[in-house]
Amino acid sequence: MRNPAIIPDNEPERYELREAPRYDFALTRRDLLSAAGAGILITVHRSTAIAQSTRPAQQSVAARVHIASDGRITVMTGKVEIGQGSRTQLTQAAAEELRAPVESIALIMADTELTPDDGGTAGSRTTPSTVPAVRKGAAAARQILIDLAARQWEADAGALRTEDGAVIDPASGRKLTYGELARSADFDPAFAQAVPDDVEVTATKDWKVLGTSVPRPDGRDVVTGAHRYPSDIVRPNMLYGRVLRPPSYGATLNELDLAPAQALAGVVAVRDGDFAGCAAPTSYGAGKAVEALAKAARWERPPQPSGSTLFEHLKRHAATGEGGGRTPRVNESGSIEEGLAAAGRTLRASYEVAYIQHAPMEPRAAVAEWEDGRLTVWTGTQQPMNVRRELAAAFHLPEERVRVIVPDTGGGFGGKHSGESAVEAARLAKAAGRPVSLRWTREEEFTWAYFRPAALIETGAGIVEDGQLLAWEFTNINSGASALRSPYDIPHTREQFLQSDSPLRQGSYRVLAATANNFARESFMDELAAACMRDPLEYRLAHLKDERMRAVLEAAAARFGWDERKKSRPSNRGVGLACGTEKGSYVAACVEVEVDRQEGAIRLLEVCQTFECGAIQNPENLKAQVTGCIIMTIGGALLEEIRFEGGRILNARFSRYRVPRFKDVPAMEIVLLNRPDLPSAGAGETPMIAVPPAVANAVFDAASVRIRSMPIRGAALRQA
Amino acid sequence: MDVTVDLNVNGRSTTVTTDPDRPLLDVLREDLGLTGTKYGCGEGQCRTCTVLVDGRPVTSCLMTVSRAAGRKIVTIEGLAREGGLHPVQEAFLSEGAMQCGYCVPGMILNAAALLETNPDPSDEQIVEWMNGNLCRCCGYPKIVAAVRRAAAAGALSRRGER
Repeated sequence: MRNPAIIPDNEPERYELREAPRYDFALTRRDLLSAAGAGILITVHRSTAIAQSTRPAQQSVAARVHIASDGRITVMTGKVEIGQGSRTQLTQAAAEELRAPVESIALIMADTELTPDDGGTAGSRTTPSTVPAVRKGAAAARQILIDLAARQWEADAGALRTEDGAVIDPASGRKLTYGELARSADFDPAFAQAVPDDVEVTATKDWKVLGTSVPRPDGRDVVTGAHRYPSDIVRPNMLYGRVLRPPSYGATLNELDLAPAQALAGVVAVRDGDFAGCAAPTSYGAGKAVEALAKAARWERPPQPSGSTLFEHLKRHAATGEGGGRTPRVNESGSIEEGLAAAGRTLRASYEVAYIQHAPMEPRAAVAEWEDGRLTVWTGTQQPMNVRRELAAAFHLPEERVRVIVPDTGGGFGGKHSGESAVEAARLAKAAGRPVSLRWTREEEFTWAYFRPAALIETGAGIVEDGQLLAWEFTNINSGASALRSPYDIPHTREQFLQSDSPLRQGSYRVLAATANNFARESFMDELAAACMRDPLEYRLAHLKDERMRAVLEAAAARFGWDERKKSRPSNRGVGLACGTEKGSYVAACVEVEVDRQEGAIRLLEVCQTFECGAIQNPENLKAQVTGCIIMTIGGALLEEIRFEGGRILNARFSRYRVPRFKDVPAMEIVLLNRPDLPSAGAGETPMIAVPPAVANAVFDAASVRIRSMPIRGAALRQA
Repeated sequence: MDVTVDLNVNGRSTTVTTDPDRPLLDVLREDLGLTGTKYGCGEGQCRTCTVLVDGRPVTSCLMTVSRAAGRKIVTIEGLAREGGLHPVQEAFLSEGAMQCGYCVPGMILNAAALLETNPDPSDEQIVEWMNGNLCRCCGYPKIVAAVRRAAAAGALSRRGER
């Protein structure tokens, strides 16, 4: 049976993350004995270890919900909290179905020993997959509690109600709390049953807890500094680690003398293949020890492409499928050749999107501890199950001997799908024979974490006399297939994604390639509208049938006052709009910018964004996600770009890599369209995709200069 | 060579014997167990590691422990007042001004310092003062709202005192 957590949406996510293991640790005789001692033959090869899933087909109620005899409720999920509000929303979901106060529920998240495998925390899947799974588990638990009470009272289960953590018999006024029911002998066997597939959950119209703005349950720990993030975990006798990094991408370690580092007080230094690092009583000491290692290291540095030739490089290595290369991913309708031939006029343009970094406030971090051949790692990752597999493979252990725990983490944004720090901390802990805490420096996080892929996107369109689109050609090179498909109604289309050779390590980033694809598509739609002397709003609507897309676009335009503001505006200002859909939700934005041609400056003054993701489960959290997406994407739109040369990152620090700050926040209006008649879609990603093209379109409106790159650089205005 | 440094942290005097060049941030976290102060960049650019030194906001990643000797240091763990949260903590909680929350201790301490010098700041003054603090979840509007709320609460309590 297919697990609902895996859906085709996640395909590009997996494509982007496929890479060879980072470290090839030596297998010692002791490792072999240890593994054999567990009675498990090591047959799991690394390449298959990533693909396989250990998910059971059906979850027992007890695996999801635990009720203690004192009435305390514990709910378990494999999802992680990285600032997107999953802890809040999943607690709400359980509270709703259990008819119990939110405060009475403790949520255990992402502990491979305790929680079910709900898949990674990615692809906006928590809301459409895990919220329903938790609701079903909680609803099944509630039904069991009702049945247990009915049996005790010899009453009709259908006549009983649940309220405030208790089962009530309205006829007699009798009441049994969940804690009391948990003490009955029938409780454990009943909870051991599988969650029935057809268990009924509360209809949206009857929601009491879902649909409301429940605050973060552990907010007090956050404001008092009591919450322990992965980098805050402390274990007895713990050391602090640092890893020796290569001087550039692809460099291999030829020679290393450990002695100078080992001579420092309390320092453990280790080399295992290309891995080398130190553990010391303080992170300062570990840093000094790694400096000593660096002086004693000889590297071989192969030549690497540089940023100045990035887009030529991507184009040259685009895998078109010819000559036996990797086959492109293609969507086709009608015949693009016929469409282009029949069109009266053809336009072409290409767009570039730079590499950017996620730069979560908390860099990668892990604490690793070995005990009796078992490994426990606390780490910040969005993929605890994959990291467990990664650790098991790296240390030649059966997975049962590895436990991964993810404390609520300081940001991810798609950037923490991997387990580098976990593997590194575990290797250092193994060498030291003591727990080791490893926290990447900001420079490491900027350099050695993976990047949002750079993109080269080539577009072409054939239009007929009135400007109506007949043919649409769209090719994304390197960055991915998310939101590749145009939402516009065009008879002849070919949309494809070609893999390429990425000079930098690349992977997932919030909403994946949808930002790049929507930037190119929505910029190009504007170019077409301009070429046909049509209003950008009217031109889009003339090609849009999807009612949900029309609704967000029309709502944004109306709220912003598009028609009036498009007509009358100061000469140095411009307005632009864009829309898009991805992962089951819909977004549209209207923006106003101010340009200074002489200075080459672009200032984003205002964003008005509408967003629709079905039934809203937590309005305040949704607004926070939409707000965060808008501001974060301003970074990619106007500020952020990784610069690199010869395998080195040139701006691997916040003083050289500008991210949005308080002063960059424009005037914002956010309109959330609630659709209680539709299932809820995730909302932490799609609100990213409308602002960048809307800004480029507004710059064109203000300055008549079309800037076809992200970041949108104002320098182009000076040259024009 | 290790030296002995006298520190006053959250109203308590303590002594650490350590390399004098270690960042105050590391000593707070690793020697004193005060992990509420967070590392973010190591170059004073994100101000996640902000603590108050003699009442002023300081990036503890750039201050060596020897320079902190003898000065009054307040970390997020020491901000709460007897029996309750500091008004700025209260305001962040009420506004829900947190997503991942990692930047929040630094934000709160810097905001507390602002309200000490300017109890009734305008939004522009809040933005100007807070601009050095990064939040990658980009929850800036709610943080501004929280500072505004804390200022209003302070004004109310001052009126109550009169």
